[in-house]
Amino acid sequence: MNTSLSWIKAYVPELDVTAQEYTDAMTLSGSKVEGFEKLDADLENIVVGQISKIEKHPDADKLVVCQVNVGSGEEIQIVTGAPNVKEGQKVPVVLDGGRVAGGHDGKKTPGGIKIKKGKLRGVPSNGMMCSIEELGSTREMYPESPENGIYIFEDDVTVGESAIKVLGLDDVVFEYEITSNRVDCFGVLGLAREAAATFGKEFKPPVVTETGNSEDVNDYIKVTVEDTELCPRYCARVVKNIKIAPSPKWMQRRLAAQGIRPINNIVDITNYVMEEYGQPMHAYDLDTIAGKEIVVRRADKGEKFVTLDGQERTMDDSVLMICDGEKAVGIAGIMGGENSMITDNVQTMLFEAACFDGTNIRLSSKKVGLRTDASGKFEKGLDPNNAIDAINRACQLIEELGAGEVVGGVVDVYGKVKEGRRIPFDDKKVNCLLGTEISKEDMIAYFKKIDLGYDEEKEEVIVPSWRQDLECLADMAEEVARFYGYDNIPTSLPSGEATTGKLSFKLRVEKVARDTAEFCGFSQGMSYSFESPKVFDKLLIPQDSDLRQTVVISNPLGEDFSIMRTISLNGMLTSLATNYNRRNKNVRLYELGNIYLPKQVPVTELPEERMQFTLGLYGDGDFYTMKGVVEEFFDKAGLHGKETYDPEAGKPFLHPGRQANIVYEGEIVGYLGEIHPQVADNYSIKERVYVAVIDMPMIVSMANFDRKYQGIARFPAVSRDISMVMPKNILVGEVEKVFDTKGGQYLESYELFDLYEGAQIKSGFKSVAYSLTFRAKDKTLEEADYAPAMNKILKSLEEMGIELRK
Amino acid sequence: MKEKLEQIKAEAIREIQNSDGLAKLNDVRVAFLGKKGELTAVLKGMKDVLPEERPIVGQLVNETRESIEKLIDQTKAKLEAAERDLKLKQEVIDVTLPAKKNKVGHSHPNTIALEEVENIFIGMGYEVVEGPEVEYDYYNFEALNIPANHPAKDEQDTFYINQDIVLRTQTSPVQVREMEKGRLPIRMIAPGRVFRSDEVDATHSPSFHQIEGLVIDKNITFADLKGTLAEFAKELFGEDTRVKFRPHHFPFTEPSAEVDVTCFKCGGKGCRFCKGSGWIEILGCGMVHPRVLKMSGIDPEEYSGFAFGVGLERIALLKYEIDDMRLLYENDDRFLKQF
Repeated sequence: MNTSLSWIKAYVPELDVTAQEYTDAMTLSGSKVEGFEKLDADLENIVVGQISKIEKHPDADKLVVCQVNVGSGEEIQIVTGAPNVKEGQKVPVVLDGGRVAGGHDGKKTPGGIKIKKGKLRGVPSNGMMCSIEELGSTREMYPESPENGIYIFEDDVTVGESAIKVLGLDDVVFEYEITSNRVDCFGVLGLAREAAATFGKEFKPPVVTETGNSEDVNDYIKVTVEDTELCPRYCARVVKNIKIAPSPKWMQRRLAAQGIRPINNIVDITNYVMEEYGQPMHAYDLDTIAGKEIVVRRADKGEKFVTLDGQERTMDDSVLMICDGEKAVGIAGIMGGENSMITDNVQTMLFEAACFDGTNIRLSSKKVGLRTDASGKFEKGLDPNNAIDAINRACQLIEELGAGEVVGGVVDVYGKVKEGRRIPFDDKKVNCLLGTEISKEDMIAYFKKIDLGYDEEKEEVIVPSWRQDLECLADMAEEVARFYGYDNIPTSLPSGEATTGKLSFKLRVEKVARDTAEFCGFSQGMSYSFESPKVFDKLLIPQDSDLRQTVVISNPLGEDFSIMRTISLNGMLTSLATNYNRRNKNVRLYELGNIYLPKQVPVTELPEERMQFTLGLYGDGDFYTMKGVVEEFFDKAGLHGKETYDPEAGKPFLHPGRQANIVYEGEIVGYLGEIHPQVADNYSIKERVYVAVIDMPMIVSMANFDRKYQGIARFPAVSRDISMVMPKNILVGEVEKVFDTKGGQYLESYELFDLYEGAQIKSGFKSVAYSLTFRAKDKTLEEADYAPAMNKILKSLEEMGIELRK
Repeated sequence: MKEKLEQIKAEAIREIQNSDGLAKLNDVRVAFLGKKGELTAVLKGMKDVLPEERPIVGQLVNETRESIEKLIDQTKAKLEAAERDLKLKQEVIDVTLPAKKNKVGHSHPNTIALEEVENIFIGMGYEVVEGPEVEYDYYNFEALNIPANHPAKDEQDTFYINQDIVLRTQTSPVQVREMEKGRLPIRMIAPGRVFRSDEVDATHSPSFHQIEGLVIDKNITFADLKGTLAEFAKELFGEDTRVKFRPHHFPFTEPSAEVDVTCFKCGGKGCRFCKGSGWIEILGCGMVHPRVLKMSGIDPEEYSGFAFGVGLERIALLKYEIDDMRLLYENDDRFLKQF
């Protein structure tokens, strides 16, 4: 929403503020001003001049030398190349040292262009005559401007007067951000009321006078509203003997300042009142209305209709249509029809000011695919009581401007009259909510400023129908607060019962994950929760995989963002690919983000959201680097037991010989491995990529931050080495399992210290050596204490086909 | 005998003084004081001394031994110090050679900003909670006083799964879920991912983060809201930060406000950062609408509360002067390493 300052001042005549003061104060009272534009910011020293004499330039065919009277009897010489100047014309003249906004091609120069005395082809020129473009505007907004050349004033302007003022360019246009609840502020009058209240000045809305001749509008038109739900009110008036002409300059200027192009008196009046009252209206050529009747009904399903922009549009049966006795003549609240539009030859017209259901207009506008200024206003849900004022105001302007003869009376189809609300008021509760001590008198005075009444006896605020947003005492508290000043409300901190600030347990475990990853050199990435269904093919995930059962977005930004991820790897691989593509070396990333697993497809309840801790690297590091990070994390999260790794993870996107499920206490809690070369290729990464994915809900359920001191061993340990040769297919994990199960009470730890394959070892075999440490808490061990366990271990190993080397 | 001892002592002193190293000094010690040393030999020769002279000679021998030992110890200390000095001189390193770093990773700027915010509120007694990202329409809209067909639903450009399930457009549904639990008073913040169907550009992303705040208790006032957020702004942006509350509209709060802070770049004078205004908008807030309280089973006659919502990316972009939101989701190592 925009308004010019001059239009606001038309209803708040005492208002005397700078643009900045207005901006600041209005913003603090709740009508946020986003910015303002001073139309004359780059204009300076421009007056109305009259050309008294034109002579040819001695040295240039395309230039003429003009003598221009610029007031107070002063005459200056100006050389111009403009084709349209004639003696006696009054034109805008920028004097020596003045500024214009830009060139005559319409391109604006920030800060303007300074005009100085000079010579043009040897002839002195002491100023410049201006086109409308040089004055910073356009022919669209000033339709009387010539297509090419200098702007020519009407004869009645005074020579020497400020041309900026005459053209209405001594104005400021404010741009507001009006919140959707303040429907009344989508009109100049609503904002003027707020401005008057904000600055404590009197609000003087236009006085709408009685209009119309002695005829009766009912003899011209009959209105039937079939759907009163969708059209609570329909007002119609008739104007005959229409004289289409340009509207007066003051009206054109106000519209231009709002960014609305002046067209002719009828269109301009319609637009003017729409801006003023926030009430859209529509004019039909009454001679095209069959049966002299209007019927407001829903469209038939699939009904086709040509709107006045010449486009054919298809309706469904929820769209409301304005029809005559035979056919549709307009889409209610959105756009009129080509078949009934006003032309320059119009004789008699039907004026419509109606109120339509906002939601229906919004939905219809979407369905029809057409959003207009009118629908934009209607969809906010207008006050039906405003419609009659607006149509009468329009007819008043028609009479005042001599645009036609208004027929007496109004056809007003208005079912249930909308009354203003009454809100029980309690000043103590308001102060309680705000934390203030504002007197009741002050509160009621604030209400009066914005035309809210107060019933002393019943202690109720009387709310006019245009303030549909005011419903309860909290709303009244806001009205008090914004005129008392949010700034003036004191500051305090909540009193009352003390509470403990803390992270949830889940977030604490996540913090441990982040810290561990970062200590291990991984930086945190973030990727989108939605992705393309093509991701599954990229990851070689089979067609029948459960992972392809996804939560699908019904209105995605495109296929690439259309499903909620069920696996976190695509984000990680995409990020690694970005880094690889940008030649970043040795990249390590991690992410903590959800996957979304539907409980059923299609989705009927919320999916399961599972936080995944995903790590990925290329460059330095390998499978065991990843494994190290996983185990560090488990340890820090209080999972002090032993992780095991099952190579039969069956992940199609991982290298078949370099992958494992991570198993903790018999549960699969994640997986790790090298990315399958085909997948790496699909992401254009030409290095080995290692990933680990840990299912955080599993970890959270097992994590534990309790710590208990175990004591430090005081007795010496005994160390025994075992050197083995075994078939390659025996995993060292199986050997460790023997240690775990047969090691007895004194086995404290074991450590792999040698692993060898190749020469000296027969093919298909590997050499593996472990060091075992035995220790007792309460004594120095003797051989008899650990020998039985050692023997059991050796025996089991031999049973597995492992050769022991002495 | 006495002369013999004097001679031994003089000889020992000379030998000790001539020792140029610890090894040599040790040889001297052995030669004079060792089992086969000269002084020991003298003691062994005691049997030849007259019994009445023995104590005198014994004392003389001991005196000689003590003085030699003392001199050896002194010399040893000197030689050790000299050797350590020499070693230290030989061990000089080039301290400007590159460090051996354990290449630690870096937190995402969003996370760093979030932790700052979390720490401020945890310090004020707020609990950090979470809610689902895929959410029922009821929690995202209806229970927040945004009924079906409310224009705000359009304004927020919602992603729909179906009629009843949406990708949450705000973290405010977590408010409702906490209130429904019925445990009062409430002081919570709820950070998390939210979604709106905005095309990706330098200032928009279809997925971003918010931090919701909610306080419900008896006698909570708008003044409390102002005080809390003023405190928050000071903690986050510096002690001199001032806040400005502007009236605004949100369906789930009444009265509502938008909050600006003085530009932390220019301190409020106006600069490129704050587009010359001196102020930067950082959050929306208000007193929880009585209808929202009622829908969640809280009696608005007894309890009141305030809520606020902060855009995490907004804070991160402002605080770390990041000029393009897309950088946050590209995960370029060279970007992440700067945090």
